[in-house]
Amino acid sequence: MKRLISKIPFILLLALLSGCGYNTMQANEEAVIAAWGNVESSYQRRADLIPNLVEVVKGYAKHEADTLKAVTEARAKVGSMQVTKDVLNDPATLNKFQQVQGELSGALSRLMVVVEKYPDLKANQNFIDLQKQLEGTENRINVARERYNQSVQVFNTSIRTFPNSMTNSMILHLQRKEAFKAEEGAKTAPKVKF
Amino acid sequence: MSFKSFIMPLILFLLPLTALALDVPQLAGRINDYARILSPGATTMLEQKLAAFEQDQSTQVVVLIVPSLQGDDIDQFAIRVADQWKIGQKGKDNGVILVMAQAEKKVRIEVGMGLQGVLPDITAGRIIRDVMRPYLRIGDFDRGVEAGIEAIMAATRGEFKATPGERAQRPKHRDASTFLTFLLFTGIAAAALGSVSRPMAGVAGAIGLPLSAFMVFPGLALTYLLILGAVGLVAGFLISFLALFGRGGGGGYWGGGGFGGGGFSSGGGGFLGGGGGFDGGGASDGW
Repeated sequence: MKRLISKIPFILLLALLSGCGYNTMQANEEAVIAAWGNVESSYQRRADLIPNLVEVVKGYAKHEADTLKAVTEARAKVGSMQVTKDVLNDPATLNKFQQVQGELSGALSRLMVVVEKYPDLKANQNFIDLQKQLEGTENRINVARERYNQSVQVFNTSIRTFPNSMTNSMILHLQRKEAFKAEEGAKTAPKVKF
Repeated sequence: MSFKSFIMPLILFLLPLTALALDVPQLAGRINDYARILSPGATTMLEQKLAAFEQDQSTQVVVLIVPSLQGDDIDQFAIRVADQWKIGQKGKDNGVILVMAQAEKKVRIEVGMGLQGVLPDITAGRIIRDVMRPYLRIGDFDRGVEAGIEAIMAATRGEFKATPGERAQRPKHRDASTFLTFLLFTGIAAAALGSVSRPMAGVAGAIGLPLSAFMVFPGLALTYLLILGAVGLVAGFLISFLALFGRGGGGGYWGGGGFGGGGFSSGGGGFLGGGGGFDGGGASDGW
């Protein structure tokens, strides 16, 4: 009986730990990191597609050197940007990431508008397949970004609400995460849609 | 104020919420033809074909046909459907959803993450373009959908095998059974402690009930946990009474099963998604 009573503080502590959001906040942060991984890999997937796309378009649309060059340069910029997991705690880097990816989106949409002028290219099986892959990838990017934003919202809420906020300021010291903003100029730039 | 004059503003108030994006229709079976463009015979035949395919391969393929997207984008609509229906088995992510919108003449093949190796975007695009479109263009929806499904099955066959007991692992059931396990454990602990001292049983209930609820639904708000704690306290006391009586020779109290597990069952019989994940991969096209 005495031994049972002496264990009660431990049981209470356990209940308190799960009740104060210690585990929840950690789990939520892991979810943000996982969601970010998907964002990054879907952007990477797009970058990987571009050399093939440029190659195919080049064969048909010789007069569009400028547009093609813009795409290649924007891709190089994306490739040169080193992004680590730390980007999550650094709004400035995330903004930069979003900006260079946005430039690539813009260059790609301009390319896809130009392509309309070349019926032979549009009928090319290789090009059609690449187009489908690019479409699928853009869609994956959208989905990944949306899920990332959702996980960020859950995480930010969980570190700011009571009693988690107390646990966080005393023990965990987790930082607020930045969500993706709607693409700048998304209204003006043509969509990558075919 | 009549009932009508009260309910109308309420409906008007709720309308804008639903008009923003097309609602995800209910998952009624493997063929969900809300536009009624398939013949009853074809629906039954396809339904059986897909059921047999799942039985053998564990891969789930479902069809959704809506009359119109109502201004929504088919890609965004399809991923919402995928997130809600969770077609495919959990962990395998082997679900495929064929979405068609009659008015917009759009098709999308939404491919679960586990199948994108055998059914990449290119293949999904080709299935729409080369296999389905010729039929859809002449209005032969029965043949078009069947040909599409056949092609999807051909591409994904052999990637996964059904394992026995898969159906028992449906997430909803697992949630309920985990909760019941915790609850049973709490009950036994309360009864055991209750035979020592009654307040202890109350404490066990007050901690055990919210804790078991929290294990299963980690997002539970503190208020609910406190309420559950109070309920647990009372239940713990009750159990200790029952346990005492039980020792006295009654014995019949346990069979009653105090806490109703009934509310947690997800109503069996119907077709359910197995918890498969999607990432927006697949292809869409017009016809």
